[in-house]
Amino acid sequence: LLQAEIFQEFAVQEESVTFRINLSVLLDCLTIFGTSSLPGTSTALRMCYRGYGYPLVLFLEEGGVVTVCKINTQEPDELLDFDFCSTKVVNKIILQSEGLREAFAELDMTSEVLQITMSPDKPYFRLSTFGNAGSAHLDYPRDSDLMEAFHCSQTQTNRYKISLLKPSTKALALSCKVSIRTDAQGFLSLQYMIRNEDGQICFVEYYCCPDEDITEAEL
Amino acid sequence: QGNFFDEFQMEGVAAEHNEIYLELVPENLSRALKTAQSAKAVKIKLTNKHCPCLRVAVELPTLSSSSRIVTHDIPVGVIPRRLWNDFREPSVPDFDVSIYLPVLKTMKSVVERMKNLSNSLVIEANLSGEMNLKIETDLVSVTTHFKDLGNPPWASEDECESSAQGRDLESMAEARIDIKKLQQLLAGQQVNPTKALCNIVNKRIVHFILLHEDVSLQYFIPALA
Repeated sequence: LLQAEIFQEFAVQEESVTFRINLSVLLDCLTIFGTSSLPGTSTALRMCYRGYGYPLVLFLEEGGVVTVCKINTQEPDELLDFDFCSTKVVNKIILQSEGLREAFAELDMTSEVLQITMSPDKPYFRLSTFGNAGSAHLDYPRDSDLMEAFHCSQTQTNRYKISLLKPSTKALALSCKVSIRTDAQGFLSLQYMIRNEDGQICFVEYYCCPDEDITEAEL
Repeated sequence: QGNFFDEFQMEGVAAEHNEIYLELVPENLSRALKTAQSAKAVKIKLTNKHCPCLRVAVELPTLSSSSRIVTHDIPVGVIPRRLWNDFREPSVPDFDVSIYLPVLKTMKSVVERMKNLSNSLVIEANLSGEMNLKIETDLVSVTTHFKDLGNPPWASEDECESSAQGRDLESMAEARIDIKKLQQLLAGQQVNPTKALCNIVNKRIVHFILLHEDVSLQYFIPALA
């Protein structure tokens, strides 16, 4: 989620514009001048979209060199709407990201699932994996310095496919805070707050549904 | 010779052909030279014990007074004189445009990204110091524009009229080349050359010349059909 304030100039003529675009192509174009920025150099970017059927045009400039990219757009897919409603949140925790980074980096990837337990009672917040070597549990006490907010009304244990959550570690690495929320169905919402170089804030949101292969009996 | 070698002795095949042409695997030589990075001295000899070899003897510093010598024997193939013509240095082609290259670091970044998007790239330049690198696929088209690069002054000889003379300054000469080849050329440049330029023969060949102090590197990349 990038707010308009992040851009120096932001002009959109229609209510909302949606198109699908190849992500790796977009990334290659945005980093055309390289990924490491030398101190003192900055790359300027201008994005233009004429409308349905037209390519997304990127103008990038660095040190007097201009690159123009025209990326063909495609029909947008149906956006997966988990219908995660903020008012139906059962449990919510806000943690400082540095607390979770090490944990996620060390997650036992031989485990198919990551089990998240949130509770008003002990263990409060627990991450569990069940891998080839055995099960691992990581507990965060509710009075930990890393815990910015703790609002758990019900004990919930949910499992999520670890392969679905692993990509979120990129956002975790860049963020300063993360909010973890679950609703009555066990749907998980992860919101990462990222502060960029200018001090502006943007959010990355992940929604994940619980792994349905688990029966009540196992839990 | 004097700039590089303290001692240099060589006898070619014959007096009129005072050269020896050797073929070797570059990886072997580069590995041998890696050990020479902090060497006191390096001696290279062409020997023929069981088969022709380049013997690279590296004298390494040690804490004691005696020195340590590491020797690498690199097998080489000696190329017979009848095949020497195959290896003749190509002459500078009759180019349409000659232009100084932009900062290699920027060119390297751009070409590396373009390599992810396309197999071939069009390089075009004119005599007004402008160069463009272009790729175009079904998914995307990317063009990078370099300006104010400057064009090297090639002394025009009265006898031969080069294609470059009398040419419209704005008109672009172009060639479509294999991106991998260009990327390999740029990736190999560790240090900024003193002078870097390229000559383009429209739709035929791109000739890169990189000058470092005493060494000149020339690359010829043919245009794709």
